[in-house]
Amino acid sequence: MTDTALSPALGPTRSAQFRDRVLPFLAFAAVLVAIPAFGPSRTWLTLFNSMGINIVFALSYTMLLGRAGLLSFGHAVYFGLGGYLAMHLMAAIPEGVWGVAGVFALPVVGFAGGAVAGAVIGWPSCRRAGIPFAMISLGIAELVASAAFIFVSVFGGEEGISGDRMKWFDPIAIGGLEIDFTMGPLGDVYWFIAFWTFLATVLMYAFTRTPLGRMSEAVRDNPERAAFVGYNPQQVRYLVFIAAGGFAGVGGGMAAVNFEIFTPENLSLAPSGFVLLMAYIGGIRYFAGPILGAVVLTWMQSSFSAYTEAWLLYLGLLFIVIVMFAPDGLAGVVARLAKGVTAPGAAPRLGRWAGRTVAALVALTGVVVLVEVAVRWSGGYGETFEPFGLPLPADEPITWVLVGVPIALGLTLLRLAATGDEP
Amino acid sequence: MNSAMNSAVTPAIEIRGLTKNFGQAEIIRGVDLTIAPGERHAIIGPNGAGKSTLFNLVSGMFKPTAGEVRLHGERISGLPPYAVNRRGLSRSFQVSSVFTNMTVRENVRCGVLWSMGQKYAFWKSVRASRAVQERTAEILAMVGLTDKADLPAALLPYADQRTLEIAITIAGGPSVVMLDEPTAGMSHSETARAVALIRAATAAKTLLIVEHDMGVVFGLADRISVLCYGEIIATGTPEEIRGDPRVREAYLGDEAGLEAAQ
Repeated sequence: MTDTALSPALGPTRSAQFRDRVLPFLAFAAVLVAIPAFGPSRTWLTLFNSMGINIVFALSYTMLLGRAGLLSFGHAVYFGLGGYLAMHLMAAIPEGVWGVAGVFALPVVGFAGGAVAGAVIGWPSCRRAGIPFAMISLGIAELVASAAFIFVSVFGGEEGISGDRMKWFDPIAIGGLEIDFTMGPLGDVYWFIAFWTFLATVLMYAFTRTPLGRMSEAVRDNPERAAFVGYNPQQVRYLVFIAAGGFAGVGGGMAAVNFEIFTPENLSLAPSGFVLLMAYIGGIRYFAGPILGAVVLTWMQSSFSAYTEAWLLYLGLLFIVIVMFAPDGLAGVVARLAKGVTAPGAAPRLGRWAGRTVAALVALTGVVVLVEVAVRWSGGYGETFEPFGLPLPADEPITWVLVGVPIALGLTLLRLAATGDEP
Repeated sequence: MNSAMNSAVTPAIEIRGLTKNFGQAEIIRGVDLTIAPGERHAIIGPNGAGKSTLFNLVSGMFKPTAGEVRLHGERISGLPPYAVNRRGLSRSFQVSSVFTNMTVRENVRCGVLWSMGQKYAFWKSVRASRAVQERTAEILAMVGLTDKADLPAALLPYADQRTLEIAITIAGGPSVVMLDEPTAGMSHSETARAVALIRAATAAKTLLIVEHDMGVVFGLADRISVLCYGEIIATGTPEEIRGDPRVREAYLGDEAGLEAAQ
């Protein structure tokens, strides 16, 4: 999705534009439409719904971090405030057939809530970029989260507020066609999530192509220069901040309908950190990066947490590995892989990469054994880590052999691979 | 460009009693300078004379301690850079200052957008305006970067980056162009090309240029001001400056520099 096509005088050709800008969205829409055809279980539907919410949230965060170069530690504030507003309105929507449409439209309310919050909070915080902006965002996140615990009537205290998305229970017939869409069942919610995920993704991509979107990148690269082509960098940041708040609010509105509960936790530092991880691990230089990050991390969150208490530790490890070895994120890895396959000399290159991947996986095995044994040992319940039926107690030598040998072997292989690459 | 002509029309730039202190240090110490519309004016002076500071004061990057700057009669000192730019004054930077993550075309387009009334629009594509696209293509063609239009700016050779810098500076159609050492670090042939480009790109515009290359200065400028320790010690035509003993003494020190210019 970049302008790299060689071009005639006015820019990329129509076919290049179609390939780079339209085709990926058609593919995305096709995936969203195709998913229910596979008859996913309730578990999977729940997971897909969370993914959609996180995709919108992570993309909105990338408007700040990736495009405008603003590092925010408090983006969940806008997600949460948009979501809370949607929750309150959901309670106010009357029962009846039109209530279904009202609930369906709640992400619009979320957008308004997030954008208004962005407009108020962004006014002081967008005066400076860089570290002052990051510090202010952190302070505001703390402030709003603690205020949410105090104002119980609005935020519901620790339990939060809950609602009911069901406003109509019977199918209706229009011209003999029976429509059975009440927003109650998970399958209905899936279509709601898919619709808003797609719409928000298209809109956020379109935003990058507008004068304001382009200038936000110009301000990120060089605010002084942007001022000398007539743009006020503070104003550009502020407007982008409002838009990012609005789209985070769309995610909040989707979450309100999906989970039917919002708690002050939803606007605390934890989700603010999680959205940073999703965007960065996915890759903030690519539009598709945060989508990838949201899908992978949401999946990790739901599946890893079922297997291990230490899943956050694995998430942290993944983050560190990405920061150190793949700063362009998973999308960058995919892009490099695609280039590696098509560029000349593919076979030896792919062989090298495969070798390194194997070496890294060997080392990872040792790390996983170490972590899992340590977690159970420190839990103090006398649990034993038993992968594939093989018990590995903390006080048996075999356990430490399985920790030490793979780590040593993997690191040695990686080291050898690295020196082998020297020209 | 004699003084009789200057008094007849509103000057493009009028600087009066401009002073800038950084703490105790007086960097600009009462500069007066009048530049007529259409004039090509060069500012020369030894390193540390305050040329860049003067540029930053005129273009709005710094606020003056005292004095004022007028652009076509309107006071601009104290206005932020974007407001100065919107009034028709555009500048380049000594160190190449382009949008490195964008293509050459996008760089130039960023320079065009505001002047074509696109402002902070977020409801339409940046490519929606045919006028913007055409103006961008026109600028690219004029500076000779059409072939490289879709390369990332960061990948351009140095001389091309300097060219792009000039392209962005003139993209918005300013009436006054300020160039800060546009040929610094260029080879002889590159410098010649750059001078030709500057001539073409600033035709019918007012040009204020800071430059170390005396060949460029004496070849390009209608008038020259010599800045020394924050004061203008001489202003005049190239001939007058060449013959001015104060200039020889204060700035050039030896004859080599001036002879190079002849």
